[in-house]
Amino acid sequence: MSLLKTIEFLRSRLRLLVRASFGVLALLIVLDAIPAVVDKHHAHTAVERFPGFWSIFGFVACVLIIFLSKWYGKAGIMTREDRYDE
Amino acid sequence: MSEFWIHPALVLFAGCVLLPLVPERMRKAVLLGVPSFAFARMLTLEAGVFGEVTFLDWTLTFGRVDALSIVFGHIMCLMAVIATLYGLHVKRVEEHVASWVYAGSSIGAIFAGDLLTLFLFWELMALSSVFLIWFRGRSGSMQAGYRYLLVHMAGGVALLAGIVLHYKGTGSMAFVAMDVGNPSAAVWLIMVGFILNAAVPPLHAWLPDAYGEATFNGSVFLCAFTTKTAVYALCRGMPGFDVLVPLGVVMALYGVVYAVLENDSRRLLAYHIISQVGYMVAGVGLGDPDTAVGQLALNGVCAHAFAHILYKGLLFMGTGTVLHMTGESRFSRLGGLYLKMPWTFLFTLVGGLSISAFPLFSGFVSKSMIVAAGFESHTLWAAFLLMLASAGTFLHTGLKVPYFIWFGKNHCSKETWERAADPGWNMTAAMALTAFLCVFIGCYTPYLYDMLPYTAAYEPYTSYHVSETMQVLLFTALGFFLFLKKLEPEEKISLDLDYFYRKGAAAFYWIARTPVQALDRDWGEAWRQLALVPTMAWARFVARFDNQVVDGIVDGVGATVRGLGARLRGLQRGSLQESLTVAAAVTACVVIAVLLLTRGS
Repeated sequence: MSLLKTIEFLRSRLRLLVRASFGVLALLIVLDAIPAVVDKHHAHTAVERFPGFWSIFGFVACVLIIFLSKWYGKAGIMTREDRYDE
Repeated sequence: MSEFWIHPALVLFAGCVLLPLVPERMRKAVLLGVPSFAFARMLTLEAGVFGEVTFLDWTLTFGRVDALSIVFGHIMCLMAVIATLYGLHVKRVEEHVASWVYAGSSIGAIFAGDLLTLFLFWELMALSSVFLIWFRGRSGSMQAGYRYLLVHMAGGVALLAGIVLHYKGTGSMAFVAMDVGNPSAAVWLIMVGFILNAAVPPLHAWLPDAYGEATFNGSVFLCAFTTKTAVYALCRGMPGFDVLVPLGVVMALYGVVYAVLENDSRRLLAYHIISQVGYMVAGVGLGDPDTAVGQLALNGVCAHAFAHILYKGLLFMGTGTVLHMTGESRFSRLGGLYLKMPWTFLFTLVGGLSISAFPLFSGFVSKSMIVAAGFESHTLWAAFLLMLASAGTFLHTGLKVPYFIWFGKNHCSKETWERAADPGWNMTAAMALTAFLCVFIGCYTPYLYDMLPYTAAYEPYTSYHVSETMQVLLFTALGFFLFLKKLEPEEKISLDLDYFYRKGAAAFYWIARTPVQALDRDWGEAWRQLALVPTMAWARFVARFDNQVVDGIVDGVGATVRGLGARLRGLQRGSLQESLTVAAAVTACVVIAVLLLTRGS
């Protein structure tokens, strides 16, 4: 099956894939800093004009969501699966 | 009233009657034909008011067709086709009937022109959809179904109370935009009814509880209709109600937080329904129809509801397929399935990218309208928090779901692994069709945008918007892979607000078992002492009285009558002479007595 082969192909080149992904991330920030490519007239607030603002926003958002949610879960919300069976 | 106007819901209801009657070999044709016919009927609807019925003092309007009802009706009929195709191989006819009654009543609510008709279909939705949970058959589903029903009945009561008050206050049953500037008690009550169905916290816990327990294809129906009918009702009745903005933002974040903790793939998706409907609720709050920004927000709500029904349906189909094929839906018991179910993976990934609003996928062209309206109306806190929730959406639905089911560490049991495979043709076709539509909507925007009720112009593919989205999403992905260990699934459940009514039920049983039973016992004893003993004594007294006094009197009377009768019988022996003699003697005695007495005086 060709789909399975494609997935296997990508998995066997994981290291290359990771490097390419880092390249894409860097490229995103670079493009964001070039006004000719990314027209910042559509930005709504002043902070958005800072190059790579949304990259930082995305990463911080992700970290916040993971850590705050886990903290909330560990504060007594997460419980054993048969909690309601008793 | 039009002479011959076929309601699209009526097609589905007629199908429900027809389906049990057709022989099994023709069933699949009917299963495909009926919703397709309903969808075709939907496409030919023309704007106007149809199906008006006079009932008591009211005019019930079954067919109010306008731009707003058409966009919701369109997607619901389309989803009825897709979801029926997905469950085509399900043998139990009752399950198809329940699904169609549910889908039909949803469509009925969309085209309802008055509050009474809306309420009628609103209740029918709850009553029919509960079967999609019960049909899974395990005890957890039975209990979840009852909880679902009770919560929805409570919401229905609030809605009905609101409708009655609204009618008293305004004298009108028409379902139109209410006065949200100065909301009356009626408006608040109706809002409670609506937001319960939209799963707005704190009235949301029924959703993950029920959708995680439903049958594999029941969830595909459930995820499409109830919450989106509520979004429609909010759009129609309460556009611009500002309290909905904070409620929507809280929803969007609430779902994201619980999705981090969730171990069951379908419950995770259920929490993301709450999150996504949060965007729509916030959009309704921003949607003052008199302003250009408000119209953009309302267009965004409709577009997002449309896109959401498709991609969420696709995600539930993907995880439902995993459940159906392997019997397992928990991340901690899955993993590495790309080897066995690659196509299911691909379709689920398309759903994940759509919900995450990746460029070229449907969420990108719909969600951004609501966020843009937030920025343009200078409700910056809401807009930034909705962007934050977007990162969470990609984190879970775009990354966590595919990664921990199809890649990651293989936790499958031997049995799960052996059963795993891509599904039959109908399930694959339903997923492929939906995946195509998700991409189609994302690439060819006029299909969706031309259907939207307002004329607010919006262009999603600007360089800034694409750059903004790609940065947020890809840096979220970076965070995901960096903190992958933190996100490893744990075999835990998370307590939510259903705790209170689950525990409320346990408390109710405890009260029934302990104090109520004690009261019953003690009351019984008290009753015996205070009432039964005197009653028995009285009964004994009455019996004696009856034996001796009443019977005595009755017997005495009887004996006297009998004696008298015997004596009289002596007089009646039939001897005329004897009788004449007696009569003459008595007469003589009377005459003599009269003579003696008169002489004396």
